[in-house]
Amino acid sequence: MTKKEWPLYEVFIRSKQGLSHKHVGSLRAADETMAVENARDVYTRRSEGVSIWVVESKNIFASDPSEADSLFEPADSKVYRHPTFYDVPDGISHM
Amino acid sequence: MKEINIEELEKRFQEKIDADIRIEPKDWMPDAYRKTLIRQISQHAHSEIVGMLPEGNWITRAPNLRRKAVLLAKVQDEAGHGLYLYSAAETLGADREETIDDLHSGKAKYSSIFNYPTLTWADMGTIGWLVDGAAIMNQVPLCRCSYGPYARAMVRVCKEESFHQRQGFEIVTKLAQGTPEQKAMAQDSLNRFWWPALMMFGPSDADSQHSEQSMKWKIKRNSNDELRQMFVDVTVPQAELVGLTIPDPDLKWNEEKGSYDFGEINWDEFWQVVSGNGICNKERVEARRKAKENGSWVREAANAYAAKKAQRKAS
Repeated sequence: MTKKEWPLYEVFIRSKQGLSHKHVGSLRAADETMAVENARDVYTRRSEGVSIWVVESKNIFASDPSEADSLFEPADSKVYRHPTFYDVPDGISHM
Repeated sequence: MKEINIEELEKRFQEKIDADIRIEPKDWMPDAYRKTLIRQISQHAHSEIVGMLPEGNWITRAPNLRRKAVLLAKVQDEAGHGLYLYSAAETLGADREETIDDLHSGKAKYSSIFNYPTLTWADMGTIGWLVDGAAIMNQVPLCRCSYGPYARAMVRVCKEESFHQRQGFEIVTKLAQGTPEQKAMAQDSLNRFWWPALMMFGPSDADSQHSEQSMKWKIKRNSNDELRQMFVDVTVPQAELVGLTIPDPDLKWNEEKGSYDFGEINWDEFWQVVSGNGICNKERVEARRKAKENGSWVREAANAYAAKKAQRKAS
């Protein structure tokens, strides 16, 4: 019999209808069905969720933290993307 | 990545820590930081898991259905806490199986409090009140720990832990207000658990080998002695309120410093229990080893079932 370790899953929970799923942690399970059941027992014991997503951790491709500066730098110089960049004359409302 | 020497990386790392920027799994971190965290988080995880044993011992003998349901829920929480923590350790590259094997081989430590036996039902009360109380005192500052996954796990744990302490105190209160025999049982339990609970905060600051660096890295936010003092100060009035006596003849309110003076901890006992010679050390590790062995066929069957399902899906 195989002694193989169960794969690692990342768990995402929707706490209520109308909100998006949010990462809450990870766990190990033999397959997706068990991952959802385990996630129910581990992360929603106090009614914290109405929906669960599980994704095998190895399927997540992430940005590299050491490249974060250059990856996000282009947005730093574009203050004109924010409404506060613009002058609005006194007396103007609903804008 | 640009060539940066290790001193520069360490300097930037410390600057992040000093600016209270959390460290996340894939960020660069000094090896010693990683090792310290793996050691601390896995010890913490082991404590949660081994901590299920002394209380699990009383589930079938809870005095009524309400107490039984509550104790069961509490023990289930501890399993969950262990899992949050093993997962946090894995984010640092710790191998789950190896981590657990280290517990079973005696290489890894866990909180010494769980090496004391639970002799009476009153111990369920005292453990919730004192042991979970001390754990909360230790864990609340860890919610601000510099390592993100550990801090987030602690937020969950602390939220859940507060019911643990209350249910324990409720048991103690009921016994203390009960028959003389019940009150004596509560007092006896307090007598046995008071000093081990104080030992939960670890060696005194002078003898704590990891403390200074951990404070600098903001893994720890308060020293062992500070937390122990806080625990004594909040717990003594609680004991007085329910009419129980703290088993310490040297315990005295110190008006000047605005806190309690208390007696010397038996450090010899502490080190004996830490190094494996407590009353239940062997029994606890043996129980964990057996649980893993006896459950192996379930894990194997689940693997086989998952493989079969995957095969069917593919064909």
